[in-house]
Amino acid sequence: MSISSTTPAASQAAEQQAVPRQRRRRAELSEGKKQERKLGWLLCAPAALVMVVVTAYPILYSFWLSLQRYDLKFPQDRQFIWFENYVTVLTNGYWWTAFGVTLLITVVSVAVELVLGMGLALIMHRTLVGRGLVRTSALIPYGIVTVVAAFSWRYAWTPGTGYLANLFAPEGAPLTERASALAIIILAEIWKTTPFMALLLMAGLALVPDDLLKAASMDGASWWQRFTKVMLPVMKPAILVALLFRTLDALRVFDNIYVLTNGANETSSVSMIAYNNLIKGLNLGIGSTMSVLIFLTVAIIAFIFVKLFGTAAPGASEEGRR
Amino acid sequence: MADIVLDKVTKSYPDGTVAVHGIDLEIADGEFIILVGPSGCGKSTTLNMIAGLEDITSGELRIGGQRVNDKAPKDRDIAMVFQSYALYPNMTVRENMAFPLKLAKLDKATINQKVEEAARVLELTDYLDRKPANLSGGQRQRVAMGRAIVRSPKAFLMDEPLSNLDAKLRVQMRTQVSRLQKQLGTTTVYVTHDQTEAMTLGDRVVVMRGGHIQQVGDPQTLYDNPVNLFVAGFIGSPAMNFLPAAVEDSMLRTPLGDLPLGDRMKRTLGAGDAPRQLIVGIRPEHFEDAKLIDEAQRAKGFEFTAPVDLVESMGSDKYVYFTVEGEHAAAADLEDLAADAGGADLPPQDSLVTRLSAESRVRDGADARVWLNLDKIHLFDPRDGKNITLHEGRAAGVAAS
Repeated sequence: MSISSTTPAASQAAEQQAVPRQRRRRAELSEGKKQERKLGWLLCAPAALVMVVVTAYPILYSFWLSLQRYDLKFPQDRQFIWFENYVTVLTNGYWWTAFGVTLLITVVSVAVELVLGMGLALIMHRTLVGRGLVRTSALIPYGIVTVVAAFSWRYAWTPGTGYLANLFAPEGAPLTERASALAIIILAEIWKTTPFMALLLMAGLALVPDDLLKAASMDGASWWQRFTKVMLPVMKPAILVALLFRTLDALRVFDNIYVLTNGANETSSVSMIAYNNLIKGLNLGIGSTMSVLIFLTVAIIAFIFVKLFGTAAPGASEEGRR
Repeated sequence: MADIVLDKVTKSYPDGTVAVHGIDLEIADGEFIILVGPSGCGKSTTLNMIAGLEDITSGELRIGGQRVNDKAPKDRDIAMVFQSYALYPNMTVRENMAFPLKLAKLDKATINQKVEEAARVLELTDYLDRKPANLSGGQRQRVAMGRAIVRSPKAFLMDEPLSNLDAKLRVQMRTQVSRLQKQLGTTTVYVTHDQTEAMTLGDRVVVMRGGHIQQVGDPQTLYDNPVNLFVAGFIGSPAMNFLPAAVEDSMLRTPLGDLPLGDRMKRTLGAGDAPRQLIVGIRPEHFEDAKLIDEAQRAKGFEFTAPVDLVESMGSDKYVYFTVEGEHAAAADLEDLAADAGGADLPPQDSLVTRLSAESRVRDGADARVWLNLDKIHLFDPRDGKNITLHEGRAAGVAAS
């Protein structure tokens, strides 16, 4: 087919002109912008101050503690030792085992939660009949206190009396073996937080305009192609935020392990051993060192998500991310 | 390319509401047809049914002679342009336009060639590697058009594609869409609520209301020979003037004066079931300053004197507004129109809009002598809105013998 061009040249010119004009206006506004920015900072100041008091102080204090030999059982031995505690912890197999367990729980549970949560979100988004009931019932696990849920999982897996133990492991004691215990911990985590994931993803689904999906089906996309080529890319910011939240959350896994195994058979997470050293062992130096290391891990992961994957920090606008 | 036939197509929803009532429509191959009507008239539903985005409750839809009721949208080989443009935000302009071709599994070279060709036609070549977010409204609109034309589909469906553009750009794009359609010669179904767009774009216009087709015809036919009050009031800007009328002593008594009736009208109105109360419809351009009328024409019309409310000089002609005393025309159709326009497009009920020659010397506040062309008057039955001046499909005025 041979077709001549149809756009009136005038519209083209007008569109091209629009760009520099905008730029000029930006320069003119800069004085006012400065004032606005100043006001912005002033308005943020009280909240920032409270944040500093309640978060910066404990962080700095635990960092200070981590630089000392400080065991409450031997208070007279308190001594400033620079980074010796870090060497002690990072050369210790106990720490690395816990670190591995934490990573395993995080990766597996977050991955499974993403898939299940997406499925759940799609169901909740598409349901026309009894939408409220579906959404409410899907959110029940998230509404139950983790410790309470963990206890019910523990009883369910207790040999002899637990229905899950009787059903799946009539011979053994699944919570006393490392592999099965970890699997149960992960299962409990997934059961508990999939609804949260689904909720975040559902907010993302609402961002996909109906017209876009209609256009894709007109363009010849199958259901799966619409999902992977249109929905997922459009939802990407929401998915990344959900992943970030859940990853950071899962890294700090504590209550499920505490109730289910109490860290027996090498099922401790880093939070568990930090707690054991700090609160049970009263070793403020080593415990604080572990806390600081957990904090650093969390910070690094958040940094990777935000910088490398371009996850929008909550509340950041489209503009702010560029 | 193909023709599209709607055969008693109905759409009803589970809750019992019927959006489209068994409409029949034959769209010829290569035709540019406009579905127009107020919101909720079923025009978008009809378009979505043709697209396959909504199921057809009953009736048959044939594209190119083939029944497609049960075919998925992707198997119907038609392309659609959405009001929101529905561009994929994660893809560049090039990827957006290539998307349907990629899904059709065409080879890379062909895809590239087709995309470049479409981009050239729509003057998007410089923007191929941009994301939609970095385009202006007009450019986005053209990308949406481009995505439709690369496929060379059997038909284009357009759902208010220009509604999101500003007024000036809309007029430009209107001519562009029209030219593009002529060049490609692809059957096009275009939905709009804007009667100006409908009149200027289409080969034929379908006026819809409440899920029913009111009238189908080329724009001039709809304008000159509206079948009912609704079409008469919907098509045309400024809208037709409506005044109450009654038949008395073989004359038509209206707020403007007693209009003479021709023999044919007398016969029609003399029939047993003929309404006593009527509505007169007169388009603004069928009035003229009586001073500018020559003797030959004067005889064909009717003259009256009225106080001038307001004069708007448009340069080429003058819009002159008069106040009309007395009752207002009332009918269900008029209420629908008023509800749709929000009173914006329709003249206020007690005001008469006339379009007089620019040479007219009428002034605000003064009385003016106005002539009105009796051959162009429409008479409507307020009970069902039917135009009773239509004779063999053509409006003949009230004075014809």
